Amino acid sequence: MKLLTHNMLSSKCLKGVVTGYPLTIIAKDVKVSEVDFNQEFVSRVLPKLDWNVLWKAAERLGHVGELPQTLIENYENDPEFLKKVHHVLLEVEVINGELVCPETGRKFPITSGIPNMLLNDDEV
Amino acid sequence: MNALKTFNRYLLWFANEHVDFRLAEIQAILELYKIKAKWLEKPSPKPYWLVELPNENDAIQIASRSVTMRYIIELWGGATSMEDLHTELKSMPESKILQYCEEHLSFKVKVECYGNSQTAAEKVEKIDTFNYLPLKGKVKLKNPDVTFNLIEYWGMEPNNLPSKPYNVFFGRLIAHGQRDLITELSLKTRKFIGNTSMNSQLSLIMANQAKVQPGDLVFDPFVGSGSLLVAAAYYGAYVLGSDIDYLMLHGKTKQSRKQTRDKPRVDESIFENMKQYKCQNRYVDVVVADAALPPWRSSLVLDAIITDMPYGIRESAETIGSTKIQDGKHVVPENEIHIPSKIEYDFSKMLEDLFKFSLTHLKVGGRLVTWLPVLLCDYDPNELPMHRCLNLVSNCEQKLSTFTSRRLLTYEKIKEPELHEVGAFTVSYGAAFREKFYRHAQKLQKERAENRHNNREIVLSLSEP
Repeated sequence: MKLLTHNMLSSKCLKGVVTGYPLTIIAKDVKVSEVDFNQEFVSRVLPKLDWNVLWKAAERLGHVGELPQTLIENYENDPEFLKKVHHVLLEVEVINGELVCPETGRKFPITSGIPNMLLNDDEV
Repeated sequence: MNALKTFNRYLLWFANEHVDFRLAEIQAILELYKIKAKWLEKPSPKPYWLVELPNENDAIQIASRSVTMRYIIELWGGATSMEDLHTELKSMPESKILQYCEEHLSFKVKVECYGNSQTAAEKVEKIDTFNYLPLKGKVKLKNPDVTFNLIEYWGMEPNNLPSKPYNVFFGRLIAHGQRDLITELSLKTRKFIGNTSMNSQLSLIMANQAKVQPGDLVFDPFVGSGSLLVAAAYYGAYVLGSDIDYLMLHGKTKQSRKQTRDKPRVDESIFENMKQYKCQNRYVDVVVADAALPPWRSSLVLDAIITDMPYGIRESAETIGSTKIQDGKHVVPENEIHIPSKIEYDFSKMLEDLFKFSLTHLKVGGRLVTWLPVLLCDYDPNELPMHRCLNLVSNCEQKLSTFTSRRLLTYEKIKEPELHEVGAFTVSYGAAFREKFYRHAQKLQKERAENRHNNREIVLSLSEP
């Protein structure tokens, strides 16, 4: 699971959960792989993200690097900054671990890089 | 510029396949590249369409995406008889054609004959009638600098051939469509496929209908083996998928290919498919999730949703749930690994959930492209899911059997819905589709059996002495 995906996932599928966001990451294995940088994509996807959640997730995994805690202005024309965002969005990956619902503590496992957001039959 | 003006007529030559999909595909491409096209003839099931385009680059862009089109030519002449075609070509000012006739430019003439056959000798004979063209270059059959196309159209009824072609066209080849991609992305050579993987041609058409562009974020909520995402990623989109089938996403279902049974399974995952086509940089993630209970946060915005839902015929349609309820409550045993039980996911409910999801998560201007199973005797276009925020752009049919087909629906989100509208949205289409399908199939089977029986009795009564 990439941090881009983490930024978009919630546990609002659970009964009684209002926002279920952000999910807390408990990482057992983290992998960093190389992914080609696409400036256009990163600057297009950035406004759709919750920056604070991304920063905290990156920090928790120990990959925040020089990423500032508040989103800078005019990032569209700052390839150096966008490259750092690209790194945490697409290159840092949780291979095994858990995602925890902030409201109920329900845990969702991540195995082989794939989060399992299925509920149990008694939860639906 | 004036010289170019007379050259803005083009002929699109189509493959004789998925005829019903042509217009929707070409229109989506025209919108994608904001090309202003003027049809010289209303697009029809004929294998060619005539169009006016502002410039050659537009023709190249159409060809860069279309998979239903074989090639596009700059039209030099079009007539209802060979004589008229020659007259038209001869009257063309030389200044406009000389640039393609120069000595250093090799060339070839390709003769296309639709609805009739021709021998190689006849081809050469036809080509020779154009000997008045001032072509100075050498003939080169493989990769020439310039290709000319002579097209004869003999109509759509091979059993009712006219004495001469209805139309003849001559022009210069501008570009080939993307038919080669169909083979390049073919399921036959793909590492990971499932029972119902969409073939490459239809996947590419779907990506075109969705107006997928580089840098888009595209999602498939019934991703399966990821065949639709392959096409989207190939066109530059970043792709994300979800599926209820844990084993499928982890590549632990039945092997893709039977003959590899004795070998260990390697490289079978959606990510490996992306790698195979060098799209791995645009693979975001796949998530195990129930489409009835999407786990995405409300503010997620998608550029396109492309999907093929399981109808419960070839692939089971499932959602999490249980039929075992005790004392009004369903209890799952604690402290042991529990695999959630699944119940049937009715098609109308599935459609409804997909539409609610699209209303919430598509950007304005974004598209939903999805298939709808159809029982021909039961199809009513008025029953299709409709919402004032989702505009039905196209509806193309692919026949599957004598009594079924599937339709590719393309919706464009035209505005944001009010919150209460999403919750109140309902779909009636496809209720109990699976039951209806089997009931109908059984009925047909019974009828056929009865017919066979009756025929046999007739035969027997005839053969009696």
